[in-house]
Amino acid sequence: MFRKMQLWPQLLFLGIILSALVVMASTMGYMKVGFIEVLRVFGAEILGEGRFAASTDPIVKAVVLDVRIPRILAAAIVGGTLAISGAVFQGILLNPLADPYTLGVSAGAAFGASIALILNITLLGGFNVAVFAFVGALLTLAVVMYLAASAGSFSSNNLILSGVIVAAILSAGISFIKYMADEQMSVIIFWLMGSLSSKSWSDVLILLFFSGTGAGVCFYFSRDLNIMSLGGKTAGSLGVDSSKMMPILLVTASLMAAVCVSVSGIIGFVGLLVPHMARMATGPDNRRLIPVSFLCGAILLLAADTVTRAVLPAEVPIGVLTALIGGPFFCYIFRKRQKTQSQHGF
Amino acid sequence: MAFELKQVCFSYGDHRVIENLSFSILPGCFHAVLGPNGCGKTTLLDLLSDHIRPDSGEVFLNGNKLTSYGKRLLARYVASVPQEYQVNFPYTVREVVAMGRYPHQARFSHPTREDMQIVDKALEMCMADELAERFITELSGGEKQRVIFARAIAQQTSVLLLDEPCASLDVKHALGILNVASSQVRTKGVTVVAVMHDINLAARFADNLIFMKQGRKIVSGPARHSLDATIIREVFDVDSVVTTEKHLNVPQVVFLQ
Repeated sequence: MFRKMQLWPQLLFLGIILSALVVMASTMGYMKVGFIEVLRVFGAEILGEGRFAASTDPIVKAVVLDVRIPRILAAAIVGGTLAISGAVFQGILLNPLADPYTLGVSAGAAFGASIALILNITLLGGFNVAVFAFVGALLTLAVVMYLAASAGSFSSNNLILSGVIVAAILSAGISFIKYMADEQMSVIIFWLMGSLSSKSWSDVLILLFFSGTGAGVCFYFSRDLNIMSLGGKTAGSLGVDSSKMMPILLVTASLMAAVCVSVSGIIGFVGLLVPHMARMATGPDNRRLIPVSFLCGAILLLAADTVTRAVLPAEVPIGVLTALIGGPFFCYIFRKRQKTQSQHGF
Repeated sequence: MAFELKQVCFSYGDHRVIENLSFSILPGCFHAVLGPNGCGKTTLLDLLSDHIRPDSGEVFLNGNKLTSYGKRLLARYVASVPQEYQVNFPYTVREVVAMGRYPHQARFSHPTREDMQIVDKALEMCMADELAERFITELSGGEKQRVIFARAIAQQTSVLLLDEPCASLDVKHALGILNVASSQVRTKGVTVVAVMHDINLAARFADNLIFMKQGRKIVSGPARHSLDATIIREVFDVDSVVTTEKHLNVPQVVFLQ
């Protein structure tokens, strides 16, 4: 659709939508805040001009800056990061339907978090769940890569198969933990369904650091990712060593997914759907796909989170919402794909 | 020497595929590698493209160890067209061919006008210019093969490694592709090493035939010296008659079984 268009107008357009959405989401919620008032608070904060918000109620200011904005930014960054992570997984595994879940990374993170929750470990203060989720994701990736490795290289089929097997084992583990945990049950379940409620500035900073670094790495290797989509042998003859690139990109994409899971719990379908849609719009070139996916993912998850936070009468876990909307939509795309492919005789 | 192999051995697990292979490949010639299935032809190409490395022995390119080049530098000297390629993402044909220019470009630079011209020329030479705006995922096997070949031409290397370049092509396009390959040899001094199954096409286009069996080189030389019923019998285990075709003045094989 926009394949022929240059990249920067697309990014500018998406950036404007995202900014508008951030402002709009800030006005919405239990306490209605005027549009102009929100702009004033932002102006005062960003430009350091206290007089813009001189007439604003300090409570309104606190609600917008310390309650809503951290959650809004967290939603946007998580959405964008999951989308990039998905785009990279799809590129590495040569499978347009892969995402962070395919490799069991998310299940690993969830398992780690469940353990932290049930054992009620207080070793690391408030970061317990996050750190356990993170370690769980990395250990899972290590196991999956160990299972899939043959003679120093990874075939995408092996990786996907190993991921599915490991994820199945971990899911059983999570069910067992849920069964064992009586008191912590609701905490675990809420977390497994994903939630962005009560995110703080420290969450935003953690997200910003890891997803910024990860996005940078992915973008730096985006051209190599293009070449890798021609297959390992051809990539090698074009100067890209897939057996070196694969681990780098797998670890980066998994880290990005793990950070998201550790902050917001499991939020499915964003990493799967967004790159898929972005690819239809802007084409498969990863140099365009990665930045476009980030902005689309940010817009999508922020919109979904705002709906569950401020529009619906009761807060639905965000992971449930994305799966309920994304799932059927995915089925539609998948079916359409099958049809167009059979038209072309394969 | 374009390539020189010195006592190269290679095994997949316990299965020895290349057995103590030593020979050199002259530059500026079209070499066709012939032999029965599983005799190590593709493995030979993989060794020459540094896709796999010998268990023992050494491969040299232009007098330097192949392993000393590094993937990116090697990609400016050697282009290869593999037998199997599956592109799962809807790149246009032009985008795929333009990937042949990557080894010559800096990481974030845009293609220059020269790059664009080289891509257009490669598409035209390989009879793929009318496919340029189509998606690679929507092409037939033969069309895809021409595109991948065009990608290798756009890479503008001094060596072209082709693994059954005509496997899924009709007669017209098979002749077209082999003509392009041999014109690269004549006009630019490119070295072509092609694994082929059609002995008659090989005899017609190649300057040098390399017969392989069970990981060893049996014989090599120009078709008029190397191609006869004895060697066909020895390599392929098939009875045949070799005659000189009058119109083209090249030896051609008729199989008897």
